[in-house]
Amino acid sequence: MKRKSFSRLLFEIFNAIFMSVLMLITLYPLLYVIFASMSDANELLKHGGKLLYKPLEFTLAAYKLAFKDNSIVTGYKNTSIILVIGVPISMYLSAVGAYFLSRKDVMFKKIITKLIMFTMFFSGGLIPFYLTVRDLKMIDSLWSLILPTAINTYNMIILRTAFEGLPPGLEESARMDGAGHMTVLFKIIIPLSKATLAVIALYYGVGVWNSWFNASIFLQRGNAKWPLQLVLRQILIQNDTASMTAGTDLGDMERVAESIKYAVIVIATMPVLCIYPFIQKYFTKGVMIGAVKG
Amino acid sequence: MVKEIVNQGVAINKTAFSYRFKRDMKKNYSLYILIIPVLAFYALFMYKPMYGVLMAFQDFEIRVGITGSDWVWFDNFKRFFADPYFKRNIINTVKISVTSIVFGFPTPIIFALLVNEISKKWFMRTVQTITYLPHFISLVVICGMIRTFVGSDGIITSIVNFFSANPVDESLLNNAKAFVPIFVASDIWQSFGWNSIIYLAALSAVDEQLYEAAIIDGAGRIRQTISVTIPSILPTITIMFILRLGSILSVGYEKIILLTNAFNAESSEILSYYIYKKGLISADYGLATAAGLFNSIINFAFVAAANSISKKVSDIALW
Repeated sequence: MKRKSFSRLLFEIFNAIFMSVLMLITLYPLLYVIFASMSDANELLKHGGKLLYKPLEFTLAAYKLAFKDNSIVTGYKNTSIILVIGVPISMYLSAVGAYFLSRKDVMFKKIITKLIMFTMFFSGGLIPFYLTVRDLKMIDSLWSLILPTAINTYNMIILRTAFEGLPPGLEESARMDGAGHMTVLFKIIIPLSKATLAVIALYYGVGVWNSWFNASIFLQRGNAKWPLQLVLRQILIQNDTASMTAGTDLGDMERVAESIKYAVIVIATMPVLCIYPFIQKYFTKGVMIGAVKG
Repeated sequence: MVKEIVNQGVAINKTAFSYRFKRDMKKNYSLYILIIPVLAFYALFMYKPMYGVLMAFQDFEIRVGITGSDWVWFDNFKRFFADPYFKRNIINTVKISVTSIVFGFPTPIIFALLVNEISKKWFMRTVQTITYLPHFISLVVICGMIRTFVGSDGIITSIVNFFSANPVDESLLNNAKAFVPIFVASDIWQSFGWNSIIYLAALSAVDEQLYEAAIIDGAGRIRQTISVTIPSILPTITIMFILRLGSILSVGYEKIILLTNAFNAESSEILSYYIYKKGLISADYGLATAAGLFNSIINFAFVAAANSISKKVSDIALW
């Protein structure tokens, strides 16, 4: 093995320390939230804004309160419905669209490609979009969170790039045997692109999981249909924990509300944190495919 | 003989539109049927709103729609430009954008260069996994965390107070001067890892032979970085930078909505937030659509300019 020079060694040590600090800066806020969520509300208040290294007087009281009313459970349920219905719709439309965009000898491909790409750079804007959805009578329906955002053009372009990169031989021989577009797409292209399709499905899934804005403007009557993120906004941003702290002493309410917020963040982020390490490499792959053709 | 020539004439005329159209329909009809729902999506949710832009020139009334509303031509635009907050909103938008370019653009590049120098594979992977993580946390949760951390009892407030000459006992978000730093710093925290992926990809594609040649020429590590590494990823940096400049006036409203309050409005109210407020809260559809159209056109102009510069400089273009 080649010996490293002293300066190189020094650099590597400093680099490793620096990277460790960066990891700490990234992780600590999340750890803090976890510790705070498991701490006693009064102790947390006394502790003030100082750093936490472990939960203070370990308790799960905040979690019990967070589940006291079922808005979080309802939020989870609604988000799941949108995921289960929305992601397959998005995948179907994107795959079909990407297949079309990847064809070579289709007469209207050029003009349709241009019309689709144009929407990436110019849009009608927020108000006409809102009124369009309203005109379609989708207000207060979960469809308003599925159909208007069903295709993400950028995701579709990534898929197209992947389809274009497939070896043409298989498709050509299928065509010789008289296979039509349906057969080529569903029997050849899609089975060959499973990995990329999985990446895109994950992208759509994360998009649905994180979105809250459309729900906030389209779901106007009550919170029964709110997705998780909108429920979270009510609790974390608009400070509405009344239904959870009901029955608590007035003086305690504010303190308890803080703990509940930490618990709610943990409850809502846990699923992502738990599956993230296993799927991270797929996300990265998507960025790489996208980068090939900006 | 004459007949044959005529026949040939017909046969050669394969470029005629009707001929090509018929042939294309025969061959690709199933493809066109397949993409009907895709086209319907774009027509309904992308192009119909573009038609709705006509509202910008109307005294729009929701009951009668575009066909029934009165045309006021440029009145909405005049009102928009005459708004006492117009200048402030533009300045705030540019301020947030420029600050995030200055601090947020170089960060992932430097980070990628340093990650690339890590020699232990497992350590590299750990660093990547952890720093990409915040990208996947929802904006609502991020903003909830920001609000608690910079709150009167928050951990960031107490750190700031520790170093500050005059400590505060209220949320840092109530201080208009602190808004842009909070907004941009949290953005960098959330995205520097994820944004570094594209540079790491470019770095891993650098030809090893270039390094070998540099070593033979007696170049040390720093020299190699300056003469080989950076020039190799410069095209990626250029295109990313141009794209970033293209989106200078398109700061989104989502994070603003989640962080704004009456005390920081002075620096948090930006163009897109103004459109949201006028249109969806005050229901002044005509004015909000006019402001939105103004924003869309400016954004498009910036992207188009960025694209043509990129084409000249690096041969890389979006269209």
